[in-house]
Amino acid sequence: MHVVILVKQVPDSSQIRVHPQTGTIMRQGVPAILNPYDLFALEKALELKDAYGSFLTVLSMGPLQAEAALRKALSYGADEAILLSDRAFAGSDTLATSYALAAALKKIDSCRKIDIVFAGKQTIDGDTGQVGPGVARRLGLQLLTYVQEIKHIDYEKKKVLVHRKSEKGIQVVSSQLPCLMTILDGHSAIRYASLPNMIRAAKAPVKIWNRMDAGIEDISKIGLKGSPTVVGKVFAPQSSRGPAEMMEGEEPEVLCSILLEKLFKKYPEVEKEVLQQVR
Amino acid sequence: MKEKYDCIIVGAGPGGTAAAYTLASNGLNVIQLERGEYPGSKNVQGAVLYANSLEKIIPDFRMDAPLERFLAEQRVWIIDKDAYVGTTHRTAALNWDNADRYTILRAPFDRWFSKKAQEAGVLLICETTVLDLIKEKERVVGVRTDREDGELYGEVVILADGVNSMLARKAGFRKEIVAKEVALGVKETIFIPQEILENRFGLVDNQGVAIEMLGAITRGMLGTAFLYTNKESISIGIGCLLADLKKEKIPPFELLESLKNHPAVKPLIVGGEVKEYSAHLIPEGGYHAMPQIYGEGWMIVGDAAMLVNSIHREGSNLAMESGRLAAETVIEIKKKNARFNKMNLVLYKEKLEKSFVLKDLRKYKNFHAVIGKNRHFLTTYPEIMNVSLFSLLQVDGVDKRTKERETIKNILKKRSVSGILQDAIQLWRATR
Repeated sequence: MHVVILVKQVPDSSQIRVHPQTGTIMRQGVPAILNPYDLFALEKALELKDAYGSFLTVLSMGPLQAEAALRKALSYGADEAILLSDRAFAGSDTLATSYALAAALKKIDSCRKIDIVFAGKQTIDGDTGQVGPGVARRLGLQLLTYVQEIKHIDYEKKKVLVHRKSEKGIQVVSSQLPCLMTILDGHSAIRYASLPNMIRAAKAPVKIWNRMDAGIEDISKIGLKGSPTVVGKVFAPQSSRGPAEMMEGEEPEVLCSILLEKLFKKYPEVEKEVLQQVR
Repeated sequence: MKEKYDCIIVGAGPGGTAAAYTLASNGLNVIQLERGEYPGSKNVQGAVLYANSLEKIIPDFRMDAPLERFLAEQRVWIIDKDAYVGTTHRTAALNWDNADRYTILRAPFDRWFSKKAQEAGVLLICETTVLDLIKEKERVVGVRTDREDGELYGEVVILADGVNSMLARKAGFRKEIVAKEVALGVKETIFIPQEILENRFGLVDNQGVAIEMLGAITRGMLGTAFLYTNKESISIGIGCLLADLKKEKIPPFELLESLKNHPAVKPLIVGGEVKEYSAHLIPEGGYHAMPQIYGEGWMIVGDAAMLVNSIHREGSNLAMESGRLAAETVIEIKKKNARFNKMNLVLYKEKLEKSFVLKDLRKYKNFHAVIGKNRHFLTTYPEIMNVSLFSLLQVDGVDKRTKERETIKNILKKRSVSGILQDAIQLWRATR
């Protein structure tokens, strides 16, 4: 069985700062990590490898630094890593990205038939959750989003049974292979890699593919040209909470009346309502 | 059959990476293990990079190392409660290409240094903790990590695992950390827009300033403080002997807060935004605190070997120097096809003795004991200097001769002539 996991290198959003003056995101010094949601997808794939001896390919698109994220995926036990990297991809939105990834997947499939494509449910930088489904649509793959658990795979009959989370509960869904699944977080934390795997990953070559390697001829579908999304404005949201205020006094009754006075002054409508209730 | 490495290096700080780079660029098969997520993720330093030790390893480091500013100006401030006396040295002779010291941020710097080592052929494995040394009889033959199948074998192991060096302690190469031999340093990185920073300190063309401070800010405890300018931030910190902090029961962040609010410092950092707070132990025990640094199949470098010159605020350069010398020792022994036993590895100690590392540490070997016992240097003298200058410089209708007489009288009230003489002799001896 051949499983491909789509991963992305993202800035660690818990460490991002907004430039106090320009309001832009300061990426300087912010560590780049493997998108945390992708780790759940990777772990799911690794479980398939444990159970069925699947071959795992990790695929990413990004600048050359993203190699580090792929190397990390290799250290957990993935077998092969491919990075799509080309100046022509710069500025791609989710539409262009899914086009490029789909092209690369086609290429990979032509060498080794793909059975399942995994993706995290979303990335923590873009937060759109569009790329996985976009790829599935372009390749005409069955799409299973928000998958919690893979219950059963019948490789002979090319069938898979999964639990996917819906708004009202859990759906038990059966699907044809090949398919694309986006994996929900929180159900299988990534394993601790063995030392031989770490060493293998540190030595292993990450394949770097440019657009031609991925079989993309039409550059109007990728990069800025292929991206209809326009970022109108970036700003840091102001905290909606005002500063805390300290009220001083000894008597609880006095403090209460001061508090009420302040509240009513700020929210006259509350005062009206309270007074009505009292009456 | 497991692969056997020429050398296993534990830790990817300046010491470990200096060793790794030197070994790999001489064609040796090196594996380096780092506990943190990436090199530099666990390190804290002011930080000033002294070029010399790095230059011996990577001569053209200025080309692409992430340096913040070169130090064109150095100030030393003797601080009293609300005043300071200081010296400033600034020179236009230094520029980006010839400066001997630069401010750096350790996280990007360490990553850069490590990348150079990896390009030279070092196999770096991060997020992996070495739990034990594997010994055969008395000889160290490898390491055991916290990962599955986590044993590695090598001809020689270099311990570069920092001030805490769990490994050296566990193996009995080093005693437990003593509170009077380590300082606890705390530091903040404060963001200030580049233009404001440059105007505030009068800087052009990547010039930078370093201010070293001592006196009332440490409240009588043995320690110093610093302020360094980076590209668009200020690093400010204070460190005191751990034993003193324990005795006085003063939390270090409180010291840092009062440093930031000292009238000499406050205007320099006003309007800044704190980006980062960090703390770290610094091995300041000096020459006497140094453990055995080599043995059967092992060597210790950098902080793990307590190689810090606290008087001159040098540490990472001593780490790099010791790392390089340990690597050169390995290369020489390997060339002779000799064994990595204690008898041969003594060469490392000999190299260190000949270098500035142990020469400097020996020069100051009694400094801490002297200053530690005689706190007048940290309390009385800063006060005397500040108060005396204040009254001497004031124009208040008192004639100069009377002023001088009064000042001397006041000084002698604080410390007798014989006391001052004794102190001077002590200080002289402590630095010889």
